[in-house]
Parts: sequence; structure tokens; C-alpha cells
Amino acid sequence: MAGSNPNAKPMNLTLKVWRQKNRITDGGIVDYQVKDISPDMSFLEMLDVLNEDLLRKGDEPVAFDHDCREGICGSCNLFINGRAHGPEQGTTTCQLHMRKFSDGDTIVIEPWRATAFPINKDLSVDRSAFDRIIQAGGYVSVNTGGTPDANEIPIPKDVSDRAFEAATCIGCGACVAACKNASAMLFVSAKVSQLALLPQGHVERKTRVENMVAQMDIEGFGACTNIGSCAAECPVGISLENIAILNQEFISAKATSNNLA
Amino acid sequence: MSWISKTLSSSIGRKIIMATTGLFLCSFLLVHLLINLQLLRHDGGASFNFWAEFMGTNPVIRFMEIVLMLGFAVHIYQGLALAVKNKQARGSQGYVSNHSEQNSQWSSRNMALLGTLLLIFLIVHLMNFWIRSRFDAFGGLAEVRVPNLDHPVGDLYSVAAASFKIPWYVALYALAQIALGYHLWHGFRSGFQTLGLSHRKYTPAIYYTGYVFSVGMAVLFAIIPIIMFFSAEYQPRPATAQPVEQSLTEEPALR
Repeated sequence: MAGSNPNAKPMNLTLKVWRQKNRITDGGIVDYQVKDISPDMSFLEMLDVLNEDLLRKGDEPVAFDHDCREGICGSCNLFINGRAHGPEQGTTTCQLHMRKFSDGDTIVIEPWRATAFPINKDLSVDRSAFDRIIQAGGYVSVNTGGTPDANEIPIPKDVSDRAFEAATCIGCGACVAACKNASAMLFVSAKVSQLALLPQGHVERKTRVENMVAQMDIEGFGACTNIGSCAAECPVGISLENIAILNQEFISAKATSNNLA
Repeated sequence: MSWISKTLSSSIGRKIIMATTGLFLCSFLLVHLLINLQLLRHDGGASFNFWAEFMGTNPVIRFMEIVLMLGFAVHIYQGLALAVKNKQARGSQGYVSNHSEQNSQWSSRNMALLGTLLLIFLIVHLMNFWIRSRFDAFGGLAEVRVPNLDHPVGDLYSVAAASFKIPWYVALYALAQIALGYHLWHGFRSGFQTLGLSHRKYTPAIYYTGYVFSVGMAVLFAIIPIIMFFSAEYQPRPATAQPVEQSLTEEPALR
């Protein structure tokens, strides 16, 4: 393997994996042994090894979500040893490497747990609740026409930086998974504050926050108690300041919008 | 007015109710502490009885007492209701392994538990002091005369002095303040965050004020019954039929 550490010894691990047939049936923890895991493997590659073993034995492989495996798409979402995306800070599951574990370790792997994120199968959860929240207002309406000039709308550098920091949210759902209340406030606040900071977002500013919060409540996410575990587990470091901005936006929208319903 | 009820019943609206009532209750704690500290004056309770009389008779305070009770009721109801809702949001199957201690503070995760302990303490506390001082049917108070007032006042000081000679009572009071301290440790700064009052210039000051406030409240509230328990200076007045004369400088009842 190019770039691998020749001194790294392969590891043998015990995995305790949540297995669940479908949305309706109950699940449970099943123990598996995996052997000769390279410390250079990513966590998902380790699971690939497990699944190849299971396929060879004629067992059903463990279902888990993944796509880009580069920490960008937000698809991979595993609750590893009691932490969202595992023990390392600022990392998605796919960017977590096996060198963070030791030979002989027992690793507990669970799906995100939230009423709003029903389990599809094994470790794969349905996060379409997030999509519906974005559909409720997490967008900017643009009229068609000629291409506008770049930099036509002046935006101060620090404002665009803060908006960009909020925009880095990949929608993985670690905030919901880590939160004691399964609250989606960090996710919603990232989108609301990103668009509230930029002039392009001002047209729908009030309806956006009203509709997104209403949809968040409909989906059955909990209420924020400012614990801060969401920001601590967020792989891209979305800050709690965004939740304060969301609260501000919500209060001012409710007080001043023309929406009487 | 449906937009108001919709706002207040949304998840953020309910948190705003928690924050405003919580911060209001903090202001009550401050007043309560200042009056409690009068207990430690070496005047046989004259200052404490004076302020207890003021709190029991001043019309503005009597009105605020009703607001305060509503504040408590709303804070307690909303807190418990939110705790139930938030538990349901996790679902019936929780995590098999969850190391939340690695990403958050214990007090932040246990506000409902701490609040429930405080509720139990509050009931015991109200039954001993508040009900007695307001309703004669529940024991009532002996009467004393304090300086600067032309009428006799209830001797709430003796109730406190007698209560804080009972070991389990002192222990309950001191332990309840630990729950109060932890509750405020999270609650004070959290209230500001919920109201959207977060700014990189002022938020650190809010955090430190909250930490000083919570530790200060817990320590000062706890130390009063402990001092009154161990010091022979603080004794309840023996029951007499006549109102006792009190002065700010000497204590005639004990001489």
C-alpha cells in the first residue's frame, strides 16, 4: 500500500453492531470479529472487510450509508463507541482511521437515534426530515435573466466569512445524534444564519425562519437546551453562535412578519 | 391571536418561556439572598423580621409575589413538559453506548433532574416558612416589636433559628443549594443564548457572570443555615404571650 506505515501492525477487533431487518422490526446488538485490519484503513473500509467476510459466509452484509468517503457529502453517519462519528473531533466517519483504535478493542457501532430519523436497516437511517426542513425555506429564490456581474452586490469580508462557515454544514445529522434531546437546532440554525447574513437571503428572511422552525417541529425533533454537544460533535465545526442567531431571527420574524397564521 | 399561541408553542417559543421565567427567577433569588443574609446580623433577628414584614405587606411586593408564583408555575410546567417531549424525540430505543460526558457538561444534561430536586426542596421550604408566615391556620408567627415600626410584626426569625437547629433540616438546605448551583451554572448563560443574546464581545462576560452567580448563590444560601446551626448566637425566642421589644443593637429576649 503506497504511503502506508510499514511498522503498523494489523489489528484484530470485536465489533458490536446494531442489526435491524427493517423499519418495523426490533433490532439488537450482534458481535462480530474482524481480523488483520490495517491501521491505515478508514472506518468504512474496516466495515467493508466485515461485509466481505459476511458475504463469504453467506450472511447478510451490514447496511450503512456512505457516498463520497471524503468527508464532504454527509452520508456516512455512525455512532461509534458512544460518540457521533467516533472519538475524533471534527471528522466524519469516513475520515476516521483505524489507527485511532488499538488491537483487541471492542467497538460499539450504532445508527443515529431520533424519532425523526427512522432506521431503514441496520446502521442506515432515513434523514429525509432534513430535506423537508430545507424545502420549507432553506433556499434563495432567484429570478431568471441575464447573468449578474460578479461582485455586483458588495458583501463585507467578515460577513461572507461567517456566512461561509455556516454554509459548511454537510447535513450529516451528528448534531441530532449527539443531542440529548435529538434537536435539529444546529442544522436549522446553520442554514438560517448563513442566508440571514447574506443580502441574497434577505427577501425570504422572515418566512424562511418561520417555516423552517415549523417544519422542524412537525418532524418531531426535540427542543434545544443549549447543552452544546451538537457543536462539540459537529464534523465541520458549526458553532453554537448560529443557534443564538436562529433564536434572534425567529423572535424578530415572529414579532414583525405579516404572517398572522 | 393565533400567531402568538403558535409562537409560544413552537420549540423555540417554549424555550423562550423557559429563559425569561428562569432569568426572572434569578432576580428573585438575589432579593431572597439579600434578606436571608440579615439572619446573620447579631440583632436577634430584628432586621430580618423587619424585611420579612416589608415583603409580606408592601403592595408592590405582594403583587410581584403573584407574578413570581406564576413564573415558578410556568417554569416548572414548561420544564417538565419539554423534558418529556425531548425524551420522546430520542425514541423508545436509546443508545446502547453513549459517552455524552465527552461532549457536554453534566449540569447541562441534567437540568430536568436538578429542577425536580429543587421542586421537592421548594415544597418543603414553602411549607415551613411561607405558608406559616402568610396563614395563621398553619402555625402562624409569634409577635415581636422591631425598631422603626409602630406595630408588632411576625417573628419569622425564630422559625428560621429553630429550623436550623435540626440537623437533617440543615443538611437538606445545604444539599439543595448544590442542586441550585448546578442548575444555575447551566441555566444562567443558557437563558441568554435562548434569547439570542450571543455576541463574541459580551458572551464571555455572561458566562463568567453566570458562574460567579451560581457559585455565589449556592455557597451563600448554604452557609446561612450551617452558621446558624453551629453558632450559639442564633436562638429562637421562647414563646410568650406579649410582643417582645427588639432593637437593632441588643437582643433583650435572651438577656
